[in-house]
Amino acid sequence: MASITQDTAINTGRITRALIYLFLFLFALYYLLPFGIMVLNSVKPLDEILSGNMVAFPDRWTIEPWLKAWSTAQVGIEPTGLAPYFWNSIKVVIPAVIISTLLGAFNGYILTKWRFKGDTILFGLMLFSCFIPFQIVLIPMARILGITGLAGSTSGLIFVHIVYGIGFTTLYFRNYYKAIPNELIMAAQIDGAGFFRIFYRIMLPVSGPIIVVCVIWQFTNIWNDFLFGASFTDFDSQPMTVALNNLVSSSTGVKEYNVHFAGAIIAALPTLLVYVLAGRYFVRGLMAGSVKG
Amino acid sequence: MAFLDIKNVSKSYEKLTVLHDINIAVEEGEFLVLVGPSGCGKSTLLNMIAGLEEITSGSMTIKGQEMNGVHPSKRNIAMVFQSYALYPNMTVADNIAFGLEMHGVPKAERLKAVQDVSGMLQIEPLLDRKPSQLSGGQRQRVAMGRALVRNPDVFLFDEPLSNLDAKLRVDMRTEIKKLHQDLGSTIVYVTHDQIEAMTLSTRIAVMNGGHIQQLGTPKEIYDNPANIFVASFMGSPSMNIFPAIIREIESNLVGVEISIGAGAETKVLKFAPGTRINLQNFKDRKVLLGIRPEAITDPDGADKAAQIIELIDNTVEVTEPAGSDTYVISRLGGQEAVARMRADVIVTPGEKAVFALNMDRVVIFDPQTEERIN
Repeated sequence: MASITQDTAINTGRITRALIYLFLFLFALYYLLPFGIMVLNSVKPLDEILSGNMVAFPDRWTIEPWLKAWSTAQVGIEPTGLAPYFWNSIKVVIPAVIISTLLGAFNGYILTKWRFKGDTILFGLMLFSCFIPFQIVLIPMARILGITGLAGSTSGLIFVHIVYGIGFTTLYFRNYYKAIPNELIMAAQIDGAGFFRIFYRIMLPVSGPIIVVCVIWQFTNIWNDFLFGASFTDFDSQPMTVALNNLVSSSTGVKEYNVHFAGAIIAALPTLLVYVLAGRYFVRGLMAGSVKG
Repeated sequence: MAFLDIKNVSKSYEKLTVLHDINIAVEEGEFLVLVGPSGCGKSTLLNMIAGLEEITSGSMTIKGQEMNGVHPSKRNIAMVFQSYALYPNMTVADNIAFGLEMHGVPKAERLKAVQDVSGMLQIEPLLDRKPSQLSGGQRQRVAMGRALVRNPDVFLFDEPLSNLDAKLRVDMRTEIKKLHQDLGSTIVYVTHDQIEAMTLSTRIAVMNGGHIQQLGTPKEIYDNPANIFVASFMGSPSMNIFPAIIREIESNLVGVEISIGAGAETKVLKFAPGTRINLQNFKDRKVLLGIRPEAITDPDGADKAAQIIELIDNTVEVTEPAGSDTYVISRLGGQEAVARMRADVIVTPGEKAVFALNMDRVVIFDPQTEERIN
């Protein structure tokens, strides 16, 4: 075995290998630079930023900007910090992700295992919804939220994100379930399991990888959304992204760059965390459809 | 009324009819094999018995009860699928017990039933494993266990052995047959493998193009095929079929004229005395003559009980030693004809050899209708 791999492997000398790693290291450094600068400046007193080099290490380390960004910074007209908006975002993201993922799973299950007349057209239309730009739906959506009395509320924003997410989650689940043999469903039918029982006893338990893909995708999109958040919420229900914008644009005199940097990092942390925790399943889930299992 | 009675059953998808007027009566304890090439409708028919597909017209009863519109789980049937269709997220034990659980059987009874079945199939050590940790043969056993545990009226098998390697397939074939003998259960079994059909069944339904071509015991199907399709589908190597002309040799003695080798040489072969053929219609007319490879032998290997053996001098084209037999290919009626000779027979390609044709075993077909005429 060993001799075979030696014959077929690309022959790389020690020096070539060192060069490759050097380049990879440099690229990684280059890629991390902006984030590094953000972190550095978020732990630096403001006068150091204003007086000198932004790239330098701080003379005096401080977590003051972080605390300020979180709890006391001026956001819009209130000096509340980002904290309430962070919880606003959480309150939107969690139900929206869960509901849109479940609906996607359900749609995928029906579209692959309970085929009906016109199902391909229906699926095509749902797929089409993935490609509708956000701007187009703004006004009709505002109207619907107005009629249903959801305008300006957290539930309204949840509703919008669910509607917008269903297209993607349906696409993911439908393609994943397509690879699951129909005989499995037939066997379960003969065994006496009904429509819902087959869904939660047979289909959902094998959906792990694709659920992770959907959750990451939906979490990132909804957390990072600015347009819907800015359009469909009031001051007290604004999500993190909108608050961050308000934090950066509202000033009581001098611009507190260190607080802005800290706020931006706080806003980005949850998506980062989700990737770190579930990233490897993401790749696995994306490839799951192509490998017969 | 038969145990499983299929009467005038048809199936169509919009304008396309895939099954035409199927009639099969299966008695209790019978092992019926539906065999045919892919696309002949055999799996569709099985799915209709299972209730997974609806019947377009006709009626189907199990134990005298009309099954049309009855849900698969209420028909008291069990099915083994080609891909086994084991639930990947459940252990072997849960897989076997799932049907019982769905039917509300209490847990203690379920455990007992799983124990019984796994003992019968010798899969006790596997009960805690997931299907992905099993080999093909083990999965096959679990799939059978899942069917057995329900104690159904009718077992349905959909090409259960075609995903196994050749050796395992033969072993499992024997095992299925043994299971049928021990339990006396009623089985409907779909396959495209004619050897499986011959070895397992008590009766075979040969299907093609949505029609049943012939329904009968394996021996009837093999020895007395109803038409050219059945004759050439069943048997391996398949039956030799070549053009010939019916001749009246003298009154009450009918024969058939065939061309021998590549040239213009012909010979009239006598039929066995019992051979009935409508001379008025077919005298001096072209027909198709069918003869199985094992009915063409070397003279010493010929069937001693045969009434008429015709000897032919013919040029050997190819020999194919198969270990137990040697297949010798020559030219009859302008076509390649396979003869099945003893393993140690001495014939040389390119040279003449004597072929013995067992005329008791020939069948004759009308070239137009392809139906059997003798």
